[in-house]
Amino acid sequence: MRRLSWFNTTALTLGFAFLYLPMIILVIYSFNASKLVTVWAGFSTKWYGELLQNEAFLDAAWVTIRVAVVSSTFATILGTMAAYVLVRSGRFWGRTMFSGMIYAPLVMPEVITGLSLLLLFIGIGLDRGVLTIVLAHTTFSMCYVSVVVSSRLVSFDQSLEEAAQDLGCTPLESFFLVTLPIIAPAVLSGWLLAFTLSLDDLVIASFASGPSSTTLPIKIFSAVRLGVSPEINALSTIMIAIVTIGVVTASIVTKRNAVRQQRDEQMAERAGE
Amino acid sequence: MRRFALISVPYIWLLALFLVPFLIVIKISLSDTVISIPPYAPTLTFSEGWGGIVAFFKGLDFETFEFLMSDDLYWKAYLSSLKIASIATFMTLLVGYPIAYGMTRAAPEWRPTLLMLVILPFWTSFLIRVYAWMGILGQEGLVNQALLWLGLIDQPLVILNTPTAVYIGIVYTYLPFMILPIYSALEKLDDSLLEAAEDLGCSKLSAFWLVTWPLSRNGIIAGCFLVFIPTLGEFVIPSLLGGSQTLMIGKVLWEEFFSNRDWPVASAVAVILLLILIIPIVLFQRNEQKQREAEG
Repeated sequence: MRRLSWFNTTALTLGFAFLYLPMIILVIYSFNASKLVTVWAGFSTKWYGELLQNEAFLDAAWVTIRVAVVSSTFATILGTMAAYVLVRSGRFWGRTMFSGMIYAPLVMPEVITGLSLLLLFIGIGLDRGVLTIVLAHTTFSMCYVSVVVSSRLVSFDQSLEEAAQDLGCTPLESFFLVTLPIIAPAVLSGWLLAFTLSLDDLVIASFASGPSSTTLPIKIFSAVRLGVSPEINALSTIMIAIVTIGVVTASIVTKRNAVRQQRDEQMAERAGE
Repeated sequence: MRRFALISVPYIWLLALFLVPFLIVIKISLSDTVISIPPYAPTLTFSEGWGGIVAFFKGLDFETFEFLMSDDLYWKAYLSSLKIASIATFMTLLVGYPIAYGMTRAAPEWRPTLLMLVILPFWTSFLIRVYAWMGILGQEGLVNQALLWLGLIDQPLVILNTPTAVYIGIVYTYLPFMILPIYSALEKLDDSLLEAAEDLGCSKLSAFWLVTWPLSRNGIIAGCFLVFIPTLGEFVIPSLLGGSQTLMIGKVLWEEFFSNRDWPVASAVAVILLLILIIPIVLFQRNEQKQREAEG
């Protein structure tokens, strides 16, 4: 066992303090009784109560969740199809352009993606609202999904699919019975990624939304532009809590699955001897 | 037939919602600003037949781009974005490298947890992470309170709404993008190489410079591009932390569109930003490909 040198210990301590202190401070100040965010005036949960009565925030949160669920589901379907095409379809006309269109949105500045989609929606006369935000989010998240899923598909043993088809499956059946269960973890993490991207997005949603459809990030942004507010601290704390619980649960589940898989493999090996 | 359907659905989706919108941006950047709805001319009308299409193409010109060249604001915004993005990328590297290095030196059973701690902020809302600094860096924020209490300063420093706050915001939000590629490069490093270097008479420091640093170069390059490319067009950080002092092109584009309602100028700003970005994007792709080939 190597021991950590003082340098590495300092680097890790300072590094993780830098990453986490701002968020911890935010959480602490959400329980501050004072309206002044910088002065501590005792513990209170009143900002959470006020938040729950703020209809504008609740409406925006509801719009955001609906948009995220729908767009991440479409993005997962389209992104998985795109990944399959990229990894399996070999050559076809316009392949380079296709893979270019998959990777370009990943590096495209959000302001440009937002602007271009808005100009399209206006050009075809589509009223801006929930639908346009869904279309915009689906488009950029499907590219992230396809990157995640295709990295799993590359290492997938194609002979399993061939075996299923030899045993009488149609290509579609072999996809749903053999391929999909195996790549399911990647598809699921693609969906989660798309969902979070949609929940977080401010810039593209601002371009794609109309007056009747405000998402939570748009609402938060216009509130914090005026300065720090304890209500936003409370809202941030709730969001940080949800994410933390989600990520910690996911990592525990993955770890448990990995342990189980290892045990299964060892048993299979022993059975083979 | 089935293969055709499989290819065409995502293909057509991306054509319609990625490529076509972008062509519209290029078209509008070549149009002139007019006061009407839509606020640019010419518009393509098929009802006038061939003559209309010819007139449409004759109406396009580079006037908007000439305007961008002649006005100081845009030049300065591009240059200042490039400067901020470069300096911030370098700062992120300085902060991120020791963390990534420390993580690979930690006990193996700790590494998954440390890795999760680096990834966790990435899942947390970007907007909230930027917002968290507004309370810390403000006039009465914790940084100023701490410095005043320690007696290091007599009156609060102005940090919020300056470029310094923007640098802090960028380093903070993009740090995981720098740590992860460097970590994965360093993790593959074979320890016996370091031992060999030390056996051959290298000091710890020169072993680091001669062995560890060059072998983590691909991770460093990848991390730098992953920070530099999105930072260049960043909007949220300069508008929440930068105040009016910080000029960045993403913010200029936003304001041209939403405040000035000048669509041709906003589109032209977008086209030039993308032309600038092509160089780092191509270099990044090449680096990734080289790495894949080296591994494959």
